[in-house]
Amino acid sequence: MSQGEMIIQQLFNALTIGSLYAEAAIGLAMVFSILGLINFAHGAILMVGAYSIVFAQAAGLPFWASALLGIAISTLAGVLMERIAYRPIRGAPDVSLLLTSFAVTVLIENGIVVFVSASPKGFPIPQILNSFVSVGNMRFPVIDLSIIGATLVLLVILSLLVTRTKIGIAMRAAASDLVGARLCGIDIDKVIVFAFALGSAMAGVAGIGWAGRLGDVDPFMGLGPVLKGFVACVFGGFGSIPGAVLGAYILGGMEVLFTAFLPTELALYRNAYVFIVLILVLLLRPAGILGTTAREKI
Amino acid sequence: MLIVEDLHVYYGNLHALKGVSIEVNEGELVTVIGSNGAGKTTLLRTISGILRPRPGMITYQGQNITGLQPHNIVRLGIGHCPEGRHLFAPLSVMDNLRMGAFQRGGGEEFGSNLERVFKLFPILKERSHQSAGTLSGGEQQMLAIGRALMGEPKLLLLDEPSLGLAPVLVTRIFEVLGELKREGVTILLVEQNARMSLNVADRGYVLETGEAKLQGSAAELSSNADVIKAYLGG
Amino acid sequence: MKRRELIQAVFVLSALGLIVAITHFFAGAYPKRVLITIGIYVILAVSLGLGNGFTGVFSIGHVAFMGIGAYTAAVLTLPLQVKATSMPDLPGFLGLTQLPFLPATLLAGLLPAIVALLVGIPMLRLSGNYIAVATLGLLVITREVLVNAEALTRGARTFTGILPLTNLGWVFVWGAITTFVVWRLKRSTYGRRMFASRDDPIAAQALGISILRTRLLAFVVSAFFTGIAGALFAHFVLAFSARTFYLATTFQVIGMIVIGGMGSVSGAFLGAVLLSGFSEMVRVLEPGFTLGPVHVPPFYGLAQISVAILFILVMLLRPSGLLGDREIDPLFWLDRIRRQGKEEAMQ
Repeated sequence: MSQGEMIIQQLFNALTIGSLYAEAAIGLAMVFSILGLINFAHGAILMVGAYSIVFAQAAGLPFWASALLGIAISTLAGVLMERIAYRPIRGAPDVSLLLTSFAVTVLIENGIVVFVSASPKGFPIPQILNSFVSVGNMRFPVIDLSIIGATLVLLVILSLLVTRTKIGIAMRAAASDLVGARLCGIDIDKVIVFAFALGSAMAGVAGIGWAGRLGDVDPFMGLGPVLKGFVACVFGGFGSIPGAVLGAYILGGMEVLFTAFLPTELALYRNAYVFIVLILVLLLRPAGILGTTAREKI
Repeated sequence: MLIVEDLHVYYGNLHALKGVSIEVNEGELVTVIGSNGAGKTTLLRTISGILRPRPGMITYQGQNITGLQPHNIVRLGIGHCPEGRHLFAPLSVMDNLRMGAFQRGGGEEFGSNLERVFKLFPILKERSHQSAGTLSGGEQQMLAIGRALMGEPKLLLLDEPSLGLAPVLVTRIFEVLGELKREGVTILLVEQNARMSLNVADRGYVLETGEAKLQGSAAELSSNADVIKAYLGG
Repeated sequence: MKRRELIQAVFVLSALGLIVAITHFFAGAYPKRVLITIGIYVILAVSLGLGNGFTGVFSIGHVAFMGIGAYTAAVLTLPLQVKATSMPDLPGFLGLTQLPFLPATLLAGLLPAIVALLVGIPMLRLSGNYIAVATLGLLVITREVLVNAEALTRGARTFTGILPLTNLGWVFVWGAITTFVVWRLKRSTYGRRMFASRDDPIAAQALGISILRTRLLAFVVSAFFTGIAGALFAHFVLAFSARTFYLATTFQVIGMIVIGGMGSVSGAFLGAVLLSGFSEMVRVLEPGFTLGPVHVPPFYGLAQISVAILFILVMLLRPSGLLGDREIDPLFWLDRIRRQGKEEAMQ
């Protein structure tokens, strides 16, 4: 491959990975912007959706219908989670909320271990997604193209939702000033449910891409996306949805850079480098690139 | 229209309101004056449902609204323009106003309310697509009042609308209050600027350290020696 | 230290010492193992309580320090012949040294403490939420480093051949030291600062308390003891890998202090005993059991799920845990008896 082709190929990788991270990060950012809660169980929501797709297909449903079902189940999981585990403790300190989300994650993950299996399960995808498009010496897997395409479409839909619909604007309002939102007569409970639903649906979509590329699902697959989503949010500015997306692509680019340009032995530690950068960002610019909230540092 | 009976409100262990009772009749402009920390903001926040009294009762148009959720209280027709405005800074002026109308219908109702706000505050129409955070202090206060008006309130709670504003703007705000009163909006006004508020008010209460120490018509309070000494620069 | 506190300490120590001695001399292997397990978890819980509950900072990734401690101690005490065969790539002096248990354990505490210091200085300035997830990142990174530094750790493969050096005696001594140090810290000026910085950081700062230094002290000391627990653990289970020091253990230990009470030493102790005992019971049931006519099938993961449910219930119903910030006074009942005796004598 020529130099130019290498660059394009790597750029494409970065876009793909960035898109996956963006899909995972948006849900985290939405919930955090209103509640101040880092929902650790976001990964479990993703995982549950992915498992549903496996079961639906095993029951005979075609892939695309299964995928929609998976997204629906993720959405439902998120909404239920909010109602049962988070709403009752809403006034509690941030730490309690985070710990509860941790407990919910363990509960769901081990639920899968018990009722399904601790070992990974194959995630079948249609043949077309397994193929790739060749241009010159470059190969673009169709699944990656789909991920990038889907993310773009979803981002457009999402931005329309939050700028043109009443509840979308209400969500941004609540994130900006909760007291002001309540005094406008905005039903905060409804807005929070909406945020959870939307974010969880995105997680469901992320699950498809994630599992599709890996080839299988396992009960603990949610941890990676949650951590990467969190890093993306910090880079872009926690509490900001465009920030989360931006941070996701930056993170994707960073990872691809590390893998491409470091010698193999050092490249193995790329997750470590990412977290070092994370800590640097938290120190030097805790608001991230686009962030607005000022409550990260004491 | 509004009856507040024996309100006790706590912030943790801090006893902020100690048995406050006030009354607002329809069409009146009632003002609550008092120094910082007297509990004026706490009073308004309790009426609009952000805080809960323990114990105490609030009756609005014959209905007990104690303990209702804020959004339901807004729906019943009580609007609250809070201290510090609590605007949605990253959202546009238009979106802020839209949010004020959250509990009201779209279409015609929205259109006529919007017109009314723009008539009172023409500058908001000019700046309708700017984000609220870029407005000047006075413009932000106008937006805050406008946003509360978008909810078509029959009772408007105003918390320190003149705070930090230049005198010329303060005059304009109080003019607007007068106009609203003429349009039939009942107003409960909390103010540190006792002189101006007693000028526009029908009746008033004086709040000190969580208790309603004095009450009377605006004329009575203005000529009260203690009030003059403490709040009217006598 | 006041006289009453001295009496309390001696009382608890002797009572526990008695239990340990009886178990050591008269009990079989299984009760000994259970007691050692509980002891190690007590050290973990108490040190986590210091690093977390007292300062209100949640270090979810704290188990990383346990892992570092475990590997450090294990590598240092590994007999030379074993090192030569299973870990041929160990750098220089590591391949040529074999340390006795005590120095190895001390180093197993020291290394995590140093890491905690280096990582804590930048990280502990942030607000609680961020610290929690950042330390989780630390856990992930530590695991990745442990897995990839094959020469030092055998990578992802199980680390075996460890000498069974842990016994009830060591666990008791280290448990006593940990509990004592954390308890004294809590009662000292430093302890008061920790709670102040947790309950009202702005007020604390106004009083001149350096939030960073307070948190750092708790974090580093807690990492030290967590590392020691790791060393004890390594020489008890005799086989582990990087995967051992990950989320399952993390959740177990956090559960202990959440249920027992995050700001309490006796709470951590109680939580550790309750949860270890509970998990042990449930684990026995996991492969399936028969209850009268009913045969309950294998239910692996039941232990974790039960802890998770308990955890959530505590969060919903009693968020400060069983003891909150309070401590159990072991002399309480003795006092009452004494006072009653006095009253009767006076009549």
